[in-house]
Amino acid sequence: MILEVNGVEFQYQSKEVLRDIKFHLKKNEILAILGPNGVGKTTLLKCMNAILKPKNGTILVDKEDVLKLEQIDIARRMGYVPQRCEPARLTAFDAILLGRMPHIKWNISHEDVMLVEATIKKLHLEDMALRYIDELSGGELQKVGIARAIAQNPKLLLLDEPTSSLDLKNQLEILNIVREVVKVENVSAVMTMHDLNLAFRYADKFLFLKNGTIFAAGSMGDITPQVIEEVYGVPVTIQNYMDVSVVIPV
Amino acid sequence: MNGPDGDIAQRYRKHTGRKNTYILSGTVLLFIILVLSISTGPVDIPPWEVVLTLSGQSISHRWDSIIWNIRLPQVLTAIVAGAGLSVAGVVMQSILRNPLGSPFTLGISNAAAFGAAFSVMILGAGTTHSSISDAVTISNPYITTAVAFLFSIIVTVIILAFSRFRGVTPEVMILVGVAMGSLFSAGTMFLQYFADDTELASIVFWTFGDASRASWEELALMTVIVISSIIYFTMNRWNYNAIDAGDETAKGLGVNVERTRINGMMAASIVTAVIVAFLGVIGFVGLICPHMTRRIIGDDHRFLITGSMIMGALLLLCADTAARMIIDPYQLPVAVLTSFLGAPTFIYLILKGRRI
Repeated sequence: MILEVNGVEFQYQSKEVLRDIKFHLKKNEILAILGPNGVGKTTLLKCMNAILKPKNGTILVDKEDVLKLEQIDIARRMGYVPQRCEPARLTAFDAILLGRMPHIKWNISHEDVMLVEATIKKLHLEDMALRYIDELSGGELQKVGIARAIAQNPKLLLLDEPTSSLDLKNQLEILNIVREVVKVENVSAVMTMHDLNLAFRYADKFLFLKNGTIFAAGSMGDITPQVIEEVYGVPVTIQNYMDVSVVIPV
Repeated sequence: MNGPDGDIAQRYRKHTGRKNTYILSGTVLLFIILVLSISTGPVDIPPWEVVLTLSGQSISHRWDSIIWNIRLPQVLTAIVAGAGLSVAGVVMQSILRNPLGSPFTLGISNAAAFGAAFSVMILGAGTTHSSISDAVTISNPYITTAVAFLFSIIVTVIILAFSRFRGVTPEVMILVGVAMGSLFSAGTMFLQYFADDTELASIVFWTFGDASRASWEELALMTVIVISSIIYFTMNRWNYNAIDAGDETAKGLGVNVERTRINGMMAASIVTAVIVAFLGVIGFVGLICPHMTRRIIGDDHRFLITGSMIMGALLLLCADTAARMIIDPYQLPVAVLTSFLGAPTFIYLILKGRRI
């Protein structure tokens, strides 16, 4: 088990947002956190690397309790990609190099630079390596954000709606990158998502949140049209098209 | 698609090497202008003789006296103050995520000026005179700095509190700064008016900053604080880069964003406080210089902090030299010139939204 979440509760100004969250994830698996707007998907993701502090519960990453680690030690184990990366007058290389921050003391080493180069090549970002990120498109910026998280050398990647503002081509590219990284780099990934069809296509495990807690969880076989209808309040059917499950509202 | 190993790294090193070249050229230019600045004035001294005198060889008693007692302190004051204000501006822009941030536009300079005036007028940390050239003598620079810092902290805390509200735009934050600035400059005038109404000259002391005012002792205190803060900011250069990428990214990279923000603002405020206490308010240096530097070497704080330091020193030194020459033999306060430069830049930045 790379990730074990147990009894996590989170309150925001005495309002209960999350309760009794319990799940686990194996190595080289992708978990999609699904559910309607405002149900607490992003909150759960932020709790997992202690950007937000849960009120109760434990989060074990590779058997270590995240909530007892320093923020910098968490950064050495988990890479977090927010929904939006802010552009600045930095090159993509500089921005990815930032991912080495948790590992450096005073200055970057030759190894750091070479690792960033390797990350750039792995993600096929050679063309934008020395371009300024304030001139990149939304999809390119998102790729830089993922590359930065990978340069952190994490065991677990956390991605907050990685495809939310992207066009179809970029959505597929980003998720293919995530899947490839999970396979090759021996990491696991947790993503919050809205698009059920993309989730079914790319994730191995699914976790549906409703009213601040887990409504259903499991692999593709455990997800029934009833679950989706209960969670989103929309009747659907799940069809199989060329080995891919597709959700169709009816 | 994949090139040979190290090809991107090599291109990257070339790219960063260029930034180092800019910084080095700026430093060389700074030394050249330093010599030229010392050589110009009511009495012209040949630049070569300035270099010889500075290197410890005495050419003549007269030159020694002019260079060591009058011009060198003024030139060094301009350099230190310019570097300090500019670096304070860079850090404020980054940690408040506000391209319009600077000690002056956020009202911190005016608060520090009020604090300094308060320490001299009310706490007796100095004396005022009715001559324009030497309106105020500060007898206890430590108390003056401390009180100036105290008042600048009040504004800093207010600014930080505002920055926590979601949806506060950079422009709104600056409007709060403008309000704070007017409040404290009114306070300064009020103090001076009631302290002694014959000493009108002292009213302008803190409102128009002038690099010719600092004594060697004040210059030393300023230098210590500016250098320490630059060391502190340099240690945090990666944190500022991370915060530029967004608070959440920074937290995900292990940065304690809140602590970096508060400590950075405190350090920037003390730099502002010490400079303003001894020289008066020098506006816009902390706004223009960082943006000029960003334009040349980008937003990477590994280079931006040093670059802005050099740029600030250069700009204030040039402005101060020009202020001495424009209406020779009189000397304009350098703040008049920086405001002429700064106000249009400020408006341009507001219209443009982000950077020059």
